[in-house]
Amino acid sequence: MHWNVVIDNFDYFLWGRASVDGVFPFVHDVGGMAAGIILAFFGILGAFWIGLAAGLMRLSKRWWIKYPAVAYIEVIRGMPLLLLIFWFFFLAPVVLGKSLPAFSTTLVCFIIFTGAYIGEIVRAGVLALPSGQMEAARGSGLSRYQAMRYVILPQALRNMIPSFVNQFVSLTKDTSLASVIGVNELTRTGVQVDNREMVASFEIWITIAALYFCICYVLTSISRRMEAHLSRYQARGR
Amino acid sequence: MLSGEPAHWMWEGFVTTLQIASISLVCSMLLGIIICVFRMTPFRLLQWFSLAYTEFFRNTPLLVQIFFWYNASHFVIPASINKWMNALYHWFPGPFTLFGHEFAGQWMLFNVEFITGVIALTVYTSAFIAEEIRSGIFSIPKTQLEASRSVGLSFIQAYRYVILPQALRIVVPPLISQSLNLIKNSSLCMVIGVTELMFMASQVESYYGAPFEAFSAALLIYLVISLFVSFCINMYNKHFLIQVSY
Repeated sequence: MHWNVVIDNFDYFLWGRASVDGVFPFVHDVGGMAAGIILAFFGILGAFWIGLAAGLMRLSKRWWIKYPAVAYIEVIRGMPLLLLIFWFFFLAPVVLGKSLPAFSTTLVCFIIFTGAYIGEIVRAGVLALPSGQMEAARGSGLSRYQAMRYVILPQALRNMIPSFVNQFVSLTKDTSLASVIGVNELTRTGVQVDNREMVASFEIWITIAALYFCICYVLTSISRRMEAHLSRYQARGR
Repeated sequence: MLSGEPAHWMWEGFVTTLQIASISLVCSMLLGIIICVFRMTPFRLLQWFSLAYTEFFRNTPLLVQIFFWYNASHFVIPASINKWMNALYHWFPGPFTLFGHEFAGQWMLFNVEFITGVIALTVYTSAFIAEEIRSGIFSIPKTQLEASRSVGLSFIQAYRYVILPQALRIVVPPLISQSLNLIKNSSLCMVIGVTELMFMASQVESYYGAPFEAFSAALLIYLVISLFVSFCINMYNKHFLIQVSY
């Protein structure tokens, strides 16, 4: 066995060639697991707003608001993420006139891709609330917007937190796809070390899988616990 | 784009996608049922195995698993199996013609990459399928089992005539959407060189320098597949989904 290969490169798996200095972002060339976490974090952050907009638009009664959201959600959910990444990677230079770094490309793709799934979560979360909530809010004199903003969404978003965490887990797994177009994240570092050493494939890939497993399993357990906790305080239709 | 070599390549890729997805779907259903049954048996060891299996394979990326099976598994599996898998290449016939297209059968089908892809997809999907079947069975309230046991049915009879008929109705829609996920996930097999739709699209892209057309065509094909599958789910829900008694 060649576990020393893994031990020697473990810091490379964790943060790649990261270096710290005084220039603005302070940390440069972040790679490895840290890059994956950064991608997933900013991905879910952006996707939340797009998903919120898409989910609420899909609930609208006006067709010119509803159908763009339906088309966005259905098209994105119908295509593999790999295809979206390739598509955007080759389309972005044509549209923008200059090539986009691979890191930003994948980040945009993750935001667009996860936004569609979060849109569905938001829609399901709003529909899952008993209709009496909306009726009571409208009955007490709130406008439709106010009812949504102050009554429905605060409850619905709270109930959606476990689903968001699950989506974050699957996004963390999906960051591995960024390696295909050359982002230096955990999977890519694994490929690099594997190709350099040649003899330690088994140890390297077990380590990579274990690193992903650590993040995802912790998050999954958190979401399960939250689900059990939140379901106690949910408004139910009687 | 619509005729000649690129169209031929895309069609070949489409067929390979369907092949790899359907073979892995059948295998992962069987494996998923086995893993789920393990979880339900009273034996602790089997329960732990099933739990570890589902948790591990659901919480690691498919891409890493594919790399593991392709790059790393031959360090641990016996040499005879390795040899057998590498020799599969020679078992299948040369080019053949289907719907007026000639397929380069030997290098496309059942080579080591294809089999590795099937193994990775099967293992990954079966973990999800096992979990879905289990949650379907658990969604049937326990009182149903107790009631049917107390009317005099045996354990197997209770499952056969009371629990499973209700549980299967709940399980089928998520299983259909899981099979759609499987088709989408099969695109990841391009990284190890399975010549499926994504691989062929990027081959067209690099050969003809037409990225937009190539990937749009691939997108269209994936969309048609997924719309067809969601149509199936809707039909199923309309015709077969009967309200289960709680």
